[in-house]
Amino acid sequence: MTAGRLPGSRAATAVPRGPGRRLLDRTVARPSTAAWVGLLAVTVFFGVQAPDLLTPAGVAGVLDTAALLGIGALAVGLLLIAGHIDLSTGMVAVASALATGLLVTEAGWGIWPALAASLAGSLLVGLLNGWLVVRTGLPSFLVTLAAFLVLEGAAFALTRAIAGTTVIQGLDQAPGWSSARTVFDSSVEWDDAFFRISVLWWLGLVALASWALWRTALGNAIFAVGGARRAARELGVPVRRTTLTLFCGTAAAGWLVGTLGLVRITTASGDASLMPSIEFLVAAVIGGCLLTGGYGSAVGTAVGALIYGVARFGITLAGWDPLWFQAFLGMLLLVALLANGIVRTRLRAVPRS
Amino acid sequence: MTGPEGTPAAAVLELRRVTVRYGTVAALSRVTAAFVPGTISCVLGENGSGKSTLVEVLSGLTRPQEGELLLDGRPARWRSPRDARANGVATVWNDLSVAPLLSVWRNFCLGAEPTAGIGPLRRLDRAAAREITVRELATVGLTGVDPDQPASTLRPGERQSLAIARALHFGSRALVVDEPIAPRSVAGATQAGQALLAARARGLAVVLVTANPRYAHLVGDRFLLLAGGQVAGDLTREDVDADSLTRLMAGDDELSALSETVRRTHPER
Repeated sequence: MTAGRLPGSRAATAVPRGPGRRLLDRTVARPSTAAWVGLLAVTVFFGVQAPDLLTPAGVAGVLDTAALLGIGALAVGLLLIAGHIDLSTGMVAVASALATGLLVTEAGWGIWPALAASLAGSLLVGLLNGWLVVRTGLPSFLVTLAAFLVLEGAAFALTRAIAGTTVIQGLDQAPGWSSARTVFDSSVEWDDAFFRISVLWWLGLVALASWALWRTALGNAIFAVGGARRAARELGVPVRRTTLTLFCGTAAAGWLVGTLGLVRITTASGDASLMPSIEFLVAAVIGGCLLTGGYGSAVGTAVGALIYGVARFGITLAGWDPLWFQAFLGMLLLVALLANGIVRTRLRAVPRS
Repeated sequence: MTGPEGTPAAAVLELRRVTVRYGTVAALSRVTAAFVPGTISCVLGENGSGKSTLVEVLSGLTRPQEGELLLDGRPARWRSPRDARANGVATVWNDLSVAPLLSVWRNFCLGAEPTAGIGPLRRLDRAAAREITVRELATVGLTGVDPDQPASTLRPGERQSLAIARALHFGSRALVVDEPIAPRSVAGATQAGQALLAARARGLAVVLVTANPRYAHLVGDRFLLLAGGQVAGDLTREDVDADSLTRLMAGDDELSALSETVRRTHPER
């Protein structure tokens, strides 16, 4: 540093990068790149094992499996980007479906008022989760685990106390059922394959979330809250409001998943299991969302859900023992975590001055 | 704007008997100070003297429990740094407030994004944001940066440029600079000093919060000494030289003890 340079204060002039290097940097920096590669590998592998997978019926099956999971994974993925975890999403799906079922069969409500009420209840759970996390600073992992347990116990005990059973049937007698079926359970037949409306819901929400993430101030806030919370606070980003919004998002996604399932099978029931919530989380992580926050994409969560769908449906079509799916999912998660770790190291690497 | 030599101008930012407590500990206790346009006011103090809390109050992150913060003589009730920046008071924080995984332009406009469209369709005006970023970075001498590269690819000096350019862009009335914790190169410190002087020349009220009295005396016009959350002295450049400022800050006893030791070990000095 010579004295002659000081007055210009040009202490920091960036070295321009070459265009090829820039393109490579950007490709690697895309959150979903690894997931796309994974999807290709899984599709080729199961395409060879079970050629039926690549027929219209096979694709419809994969999409059907991926759609419900993808809706949950999307909301959980956005929350992950903001640096929080929600383990209660899957149970919100079950509990909201049970609530809708009880309101219809026991209280005699129409399906639409019942759905509105269960959505309001779900959002309340989301608000409570978010408020506890924001207010107490406790890890969201534990807060939502507690919410999961409370919901699980309360939903099943209340349902049994009121209806005498935890499987609620006869919903198709409710007023408004046919319009509800149109919105939540239409399908188009194409070449002997049924493509369900849940796929449209999923893809529409992914497009909306992707737009919000990259093109709105809320998206900037989500990335900043997860990646650099202190900087976000110092710059006046509404950290609390963003977190609350995203917790409401996971709860609403849980409600939608529950409703899509409820209307499809006209029965409200469910397993008391942490597994659905974990699967949402796994799909989001496979899709490139960092568990530590600040990084990920909406499209990535969709690709993660597709990988899951291909593997699950592929294993069925190939005639393997379904238990292999769990092992496969675990391996996939491990690979995704390792890949994400590499990406993070690359991104966080600070060039020396 | 009236400089420090002329008749005193009206204060842009003013603290009146401001008290901030964390639990039972008072981080700031009845602090009164005025920050005048075209003046660099240095807030000096040891660690734990209340410097950081003062920055938080001035930037809208913390609201005083007692007393008030005035902007142009009117009480300012900011709910967050967003409000402070909207009123032309911007801060360079000591961690530089850079989100490493966000691109440079997203970092630049974070929390105050230029938008287009209305209602639920309100979206980022990305072209404008990129253009502002490139233009404002150039004013602090940082050129050749791709606004789309992640901020993690910036070198430490470049990060400081980003933080300073951002504060100069959003701070039209007052600039609060909290000295970075991370050690800086001479070039980095020089660049920050240039930015402070440029802001003073533009008629901003500049508040420099630092623990380094020599640097403060180099660029500052006024010196506010903080100790234990209280104002221990309010001096102008005419009142003190760098050595007495250092002595005032460190407390006489420690420093004379050190000088005594130096004299004993190096009698030739």
